[in-house]
Amino acid sequence: MTETKNKWFMVTLIGKDQPGIVSHVTAALYDGGGNLGETSMMRLGGNFSIMMMVEFSGRTKELHDVLSTVTDSLDLHLHIDQIDAKLHEHRIPDVRISVYGADRAGIVSKVTAVLAEAGLNILDLESDVAGDKDKPLYIMHIEGEASEGVKALESALQIVKEEHGVDAQLVEIDTLIG
Amino acid sequence: MTVLDIITYPDARLKQVADEVKMFDSGLLEFIQNLEETMAAGPGGVGIAATQVGVMQRIAIVDVSNYPKIKKAKHHGHLILINPEIVDWQGMKKGREGCMSVPDFTGNVIRAENIILNALDENGKQQEYEMEGFEARAVQHEIDHLDGLLFLDRLVSRRNDLFKRKYKD
Repeated sequence: MTETKNKWFMVTLIGKDQPGIVSHVTAALYDGGGNLGETSMMRLGGNFSIMMMVEFSGRTKELHDVLSTVTDSLDLHLHIDQIDAKLHEHRIPDVRISVYGADRAGIVSKVTAVLAEAGLNILDLESDVAGDKDKPLYIMHIEGEASEGVKALESALQIVKEEHGVDAQLVEIDTLIG
Repeated sequence: MTVLDIITYPDARLKQVADEVKMFDSGLLEFIQNLEETMAAGPGGVGIAATQVGVMQRIAIVDVSNYPKIKKAKHHGHLILINPEIVDWQGMKKGREGCMSVPDFTGNVIRAENIILNALDENGKQQEYEMEGFEARAVQHEIDHLDGLLFLDRLVSRRNDLFKRKYKD
């Protein structure tokens, strides 16, 4: 691929979920000369959220104009940041950690604080509230790098389990390059 | 010996089914040596299929012995697999894979945990191997290449993984 001089922007879109959001937004971008890089798009609590790297030669205001017609019509909140970004910068996680337990305030902050202390660099985190309304259940998946080794994280997880009453497991990721 | 060029997706050959090997001659041995060299020069070094160098023959090499965390007792070391066929399999496990033919991307794939593999060696002699874990995963990855499949064809999402695992246990 040839190196381009275009700038990268992070475009964030949030709004009530409805069919067609992705196709309409990306069509507007394509027609307006934007090029997509890595993206994350998902439904969170009945809202649809989009974060996408967009390569674009114009200014922030021009990118805003490319998108605003479609985002207004779909009632999406639009936010654009120009970013310093590169493609082909993937890092390979070496641990996968799952934590789940009865939902209560502070699970994510307490668990991630202990894990950060033990050297975890989070590359990817997804969490869900499941269960039912009376007995909500918090479920979190993390993939990351154990910068101080897996043992340190295992000890940290033991503390998390004992002190915060959650279940947790750590799996080492052995990536096969074949 | 020569390090061969690795073809990368979207090269159409990666989606083709490779042909059975019928001739066991010096040409085959020479190709295997080159394939070997190519595997050693790559980023993974645990497996390679002839398809990955654009040779559409059912030949693969697997050698997990240099993988840092591998347990000694649980693998067969250096294996030359000709016309390999998995004849039995058991247990399913998710693991992360990448591929020399798909640079800069890794993803989660479900593979059988234990397999019984039949294959010919470089002299055309029938061999049978019982294998598990990382080695079994490497073999499945390479046989997929011979069938025109990439790990991208088998990707699973991280999300909801917890529940899938729970049902199985």
